Amino acid sequence: MTTQMLTYLFVGLSFALYIGIAVWSRAGSTKDFYVAGGGVHPVVNGMATAADWMSAASFISMAGIISFVGFDGSVYLLGWTGGYVLLALLLAPYLRKFGRFTVPDFIGERYYSKTARIVAVVCLIFVSFTYVAGQMRGVGIVFSRFLEVEVNTGVVIGMAIVFMYAVLGGMKGITYTQVAQYCVLIFAYMVPAIFISLMITGNPIPQLGFGAEVLDAKGLGSGVSVLEKLDGVLMDLGFGAYTQGSKSTIDMFAITAALMFGTAGLPHVLVRFFTVPKVSDARLSAGYALVFIAILYTTAPAVAAFARLNLVDTVQDTAYADAPAWFGNWEKTGLIAWQDKNNDGVMQYSAGAALSPTKPIFTDQKGIHGERLLKNEPTASANEVYIDRDIMVLANPEIANLPGWVIALVAAGGVAAALSTAAGLLLVISSSISHDLLKQTLMPNISDKQELLFARIAAAVAVCVAGLFGIYPPAFVAQVVAFAFGLAAASLFPAILLGIFSKRVNKEGAITGMLVGLIFTFSYIAYFKFYAPELNNSVNWLLGISPEGIGFLGMLMNIAAALVVSMMTAPPPTDVQDLVDDIRIPTGAGVAHEH
Amino acid sequence: MSEQHYHHQGENLPPPSHHDQQVITDAAAKGYWRANLRLLAQLLTVWFVVSFGFGILLADWLDQFSFFGFKLGFWFAQQGAIYVFVALIFIYARRIVVIERRFGVDDDDRDVDAANDQGAS
Repeated sequence: MTTQMLTYLFVGLSFALYIGIAVWSRAGSTKDFYVAGGGVHPVVNGMATAADWMSAASFISMAGIISFVGFDGSVYLLGWTGGYVLLALLLAPYLRKFGRFTVPDFIGERYYSKTARIVAVVCLIFVSFTYVAGQMRGVGIVFSRFLEVEVNTGVVIGMAIVFMYAVLGGMKGITYTQVAQYCVLIFAYMVPAIFISLMITGNPIPQLGFGAEVLDAKGLGSGVSVLEKLDGVLMDLGFGAYTQGSKSTIDMFAITAALMFGTAGLPHVLVRFFTVPKVSDARLSAGYALVFIAILYTTAPAVAAFARLNLVDTVQDTAYADAPAWFGNWEKTGLIAWQDKNNDGVMQYSAGAALSPTKPIFTDQKGIHGERLLKNEPTASANEVYIDRDIMVLANPEIANLPGWVIALVAAGGVAAALSTAAGLLLVISSSISHDLLKQTLMPNISDKQELLFARIAAAVAVCVAGLFGIYPPAFVAQVVAFAFGLAAASLFPAILLGIFSKRVNKEGAITGMLVGLIFTFSYIAYFKFYAPELNNSVNWLLGISPEGIGFLGMLMNIAAALVVSMMTAPPPTDVQDLVDDIRIPTGAGVAHEH
Repeated sequence: MSEQHYHHQGENLPPPSHHDQQVITDAAAKGYWRANLRLLAQLLTVWFVVSFGFGILLADWLDQFSFFGFKLGFWFAQQGAIYVFVALIFIYARRIVVIERRFGVDDDDRDVDAANDQGAS
């Protein structure tokens, strides 16, 4: 069977599985739809959370980014895992004890205010839609690369699948499909990683191979470790050392913090902890989720280093005619390009952009060596090779000479990663509309059945809007996905944290804090990314913090504003203080108060 | 002392535990919360030190040490901190349950049947 056939087969089988699960797990009540009935086993929820969390960006792009930035890429590894410690220790158990359906539920009740609830809904929709648009585009891109269909057709197919299980099954359907999707994606990630680790170091465990010696041509230890060799090779080519960062320490700190606190404040992750039975399960479940996530997140930097080493080895000073077959395959997709600046037929790879503009624009002609010719102007740099960072994971199976079924597996894994995250996001959007906006605010008298119907309609509409974003991506989408974290860190995280750990913070404080955090962070990002992108460099940044890291500052401003305003206004009513006491203890027993 | 037992409502409340029939004293609730905050402070200090400390602020200095073929600072930033994060969550999950039991505020349902049996005999 050809790789193409295998890919159709694998992706088709995985879709049949997801739809089968959707039909089996239809939601019968709002409790099923919003929180999967509230009885999901902590390990199952941990797996679902991992799939919910790891998007197309984690699966496809992260290793590639790390591969090109080396040590600086640590911000993603630390930020996107460290947030789970905050979740497990500071938020998840208390939100579980609170015992409602949505994140705005908590903010609305803790701050005894419909305004607070609406502000939380606005923050949630803002964060989730920026994130989901990127996912739908990711689905389309994976389809177009592996199944040779148009990106837009891919988006429509992805929409149809998510529609099936998100609209029918709600959280219940999503939970069990996410478990299946986790299994598919982690298997698809680990198989090529293990093989490439074996190939380069002889050690089957990528996390250990990462620090091991590189094998020489005879398959014996060369006495040089992977990272030493990589540092040496890259410095020879004019790059910085792989293990040294180029970002300033304060910016590294701020970006990591924004990603961590943002992770803990993402509604689609928080709501997953509403589905386990007990408070103690919520803590354990966050632990299991991080175990499942860490499997991929500790493998990714190893894959990044292996792939970079392998790529340099393969490309540098190789005659184009002698390049392996995968080079030509990926040149066809436009992820790699070569411009023979010195007309020697040999590829020279070094630091600096090879092309101007940086992304290749191909003509229909082929050069004398068979390479695709480019319309781009050559740059002053001696570098002749353009390499898209996404290639690091996608081309790994071919670089490691793995059979066709592994390539098919990676395609199914990429689709699983994008679909699982998209479904989780769409669910929190629809429940915030049907539950928080309609049931709790505008139409309090609707029955459970009617609310469920509205939830389904809201999910259907959200899927279509997300699909439209995927087909007609607003220019800003690709740039702002990472900022969803900054916005979550600056708006939702402090409001929830203070709601649990302070009895003094009141509605005036929380609302002011959320608005200050959201508006400050949004304005800073919008200013440097859209209004004045030419000023986007460290000289102009506030305290040397880039737009990626500004959510951390937004968070501190949120907390400061919330505390100051709360001190100047009346404390929360007694029953709200009692509510805080009640969610702080895991057991359901009442606390005897002396009032 | 007025015995006002506050119970909040919710569509998705956790199931009852064996303490639900009891009334927790204010002192037990406060004691539990203080012990919890102390444990959180300890664990979050470790969280901060391995990630922001070893992985970022001290990474350059730690890089002079070699650890299984890695520079130590680099290893913390790309591997070690993540392993510590996982351990921290499970340590917290385990130790907080001990504290909860000490103050009688755990959500254990194991003893429910035992308690019922005793009540019947």
